[in-house]
Amino acid sequence: MKAETGAAATPATGGKAVAHSVAESSPGLRWLAGLVVVVYALVTMIPLVWILLTGFKTPQDSISYPPKVVFEPSLEGYVNLFTNRSRQTPEYMASLPPPETWYDKLVRSRNMVITGPSRFKDRYVNSVIIGFGSTFLAVFLGTLTAYAFSRFRVPLQDDLLFFILSTRMMPPIAVAIPIFLMFRELGLSDTHLGMILLYTAVNMSLSVWLLKGFMDEIPREYEEAAMVDGYTRLQAFFKVVLPQATTGIAATAIFCLIFAWNEYAFALLLTSGNAQTAPPFIPIIIGEGGLDWPAVAAGTTLFLLPVLIFTVMLRSHLLRGITFGAVRK
Amino acid sequence: MAEIEVRNVQKRFGEFVAVHDSSFTIRSGEFFVMLGPSGCGKTTTLRMIAGLELPTSGQILFDGEDVTFLRASRRDIAFMFQLFALYPHMKVFDNIAFPLKCHGVSRRERRRRVEETAALLRIEHFLHRRVSELAGGDRQRVALGRAIVREPRAFLMDEPLGALDTEMRELMCGELRTLHDRLHATTLYVTHDQMEAMSMADRIIVMNHGVIEQIGAPQEIYDRPRTMFVADFIGSPSMSFLRFEGAVRTGQSSVAVGEAVVEVPELRESRAHGALALGVRPEHVRFSDASALRGRVYGTEYLGTTQIVTVETDHGPIRARMSARQRVAPGENVGIECRPGHLVVFDAHDGRALDSGLFRRGADG
Repeated sequence: MKAETGAAATPATGGKAVAHSVAESSPGLRWLAGLVVVVYALVTMIPLVWILLTGFKTPQDSISYPPKVVFEPSLEGYVNLFTNRSRQTPEYMASLPPPETWYDKLVRSRNMVITGPSRFKDRYVNSVIIGFGSTFLAVFLGTLTAYAFSRFRVPLQDDLLFFILSTRMMPPIAVAIPIFLMFRELGLSDTHLGMILLYTAVNMSLSVWLLKGFMDEIPREYEEAAMVDGYTRLQAFFKVVLPQATTGIAATAIFCLIFAWNEYAFALLLTSGNAQTAPPFIPIIIGEGGLDWPAVAAGTTLFLLPVLIFTVMLRSHLLRGITFGAVRK
Repeated sequence: MAEIEVRNVQKRFGEFVAVHDSSFTIRSGEFFVMLGPSGCGKTTTLRMIAGLELPTSGQILFDGEDVTFLRASRRDIAFMFQLFALYPHMKVFDNIAFPLKCHGVSRRERRRRVEETAALLRIEHFLHRRVSELAGGDRQRVALGRAIVREPRAFLMDEPLGALDTEMRELMCGELRTLHDRLHATTLYVTHDQMEAMSMADRIIVMNHGVIEQIGAPQEIYDRPRTMFVADFIGSPSMSFLRFEGAVRTGQSSVAVGEAVVEVPELRESRAHGALALGVRPEHVRFSDASALRGRVYGTEYLGTTQIVTVETDHGPIRARMSARQRVAPGENVGIECRPGHLVVFDAHDGRALDSGLFRRGADG
């Protein structure tokens, strides 16, 4: 996932920056710089492309050696991802009425029948609820906290900020056992609420620190002008400060979502049936005779999409310096 | 339009006293300028009047009504910031309409008032542009528009021209004064630029280290400075001080600066022997071979029609403004004569001016 975002950003921003810094130098050097960027982008893209391709292979093609780059595409991986199947005797297969749908037909060609939908959809919906829910909460609380730290004289301000940062001074998984016990006592194990609270807590330090930087950049004069003009501080915050902070909020939301969406260890430990997210589920999609690689690859491909879409949607906010030139310093 | 009274206001930030016990009154419809170097407490005082800071002690009254603890939005004032503080996510029209929107003015009425204001400031042609597309002077006009659109009780301006270049600043100075003459709005204007203050103000308050040094009309502050700080801060170049030791008595109309006897306005105050300073403006100095007060020409600063000549004396440097035609050679030994009617004698210890006929004349009219 990390490699994916890196690759997406490289041609757009990285390429432009390189071209700019060597703009004055010779055309040959510029070509070389461009070439390096393109090669780097291609290298980082290879695993992604491989996953994308594997999702459309048959199980036989996916494990063939040497690996197949040109193959006949199949949707078997996606069908297997969304269904549970069982192998039947040829006699039973012959006794069935003709298949009603294309995926029925595909599964029967392997001497199997569909016994029902798989749990992938539920896991995916869980990921969406927990990922976006915790992101919203972390950004919302982070914005208010950052604004308070930026504008008011908070007692022990520096110590509090350090404390908030210190929650990230060890890997979160180091406290897995205490959290596991806490969740069991509080009945939060395997619940959406529990996972949302957990990911929000982990993301708060990032969110507060990032947003405080953005809030400090917004001149106080804006809200003071609004307050003199007749707004209360809260109204001024929503009408004047928030629109200025969109860039920072968008950036923070992307970082929070990427963490919550990709988190594997806590999800594996704290969820099982009800609130399990996609990351611990995808690697255990077992097919006939071992891992069903096309189904795993199909799941991974679908898993990548939301963050990709979210990032692309907010990218315009990230790149647009909306406060540019409006206040002179 | 409101009369604003500041009564015994003090402001501390922890141990630091930003504004010492200060009292003054801004008359209704007056263009009142607060002048002083940065960190003198003028902006803090302005922000307390606006309601953006709370005084540590004292009261602020608008037309006799105590507003000390009233929220900024309830004071019905307009505030112009040095950095304009225009909302970059809104168009010019919406920026000007913003205060009206805050006060729940109807859409049609908003449109009418914004257009009226825009016509007054001659900015109709870019009402639908983005703020970020405008040049500094135009942004300042928009900020001014946002201030005057609502017809508030008072305008408070915090160095509104500080971010503009010199040419634009001079132009806007003129426009602000013209606008004030049309609207007759009580205006409180903060600046560290004495030229702005002198050219626009009805009255000026000079502050330093959180203390009020003097309040008066520009001419009065220039001609009759009450303290050495004011004398030094106002005027370009500022007043020169000839430092000497001596004692003075009430009724005396000359002082002995070393060997030389200099005629001054009749003193109304006595001082035992101590450090004194004679304040003299450059335009009241001329060269006279007969004078006993002598010095050596240090250098000259050419200003077109006039020149400023700096002369080193035993009592400190003194600057003289004279015609640029007069030939002056550095190193030349010259005699200095001061026009008697305009001199101020200061107590060099506390920096206060000794009372004299000069101030009496001012008080009489």
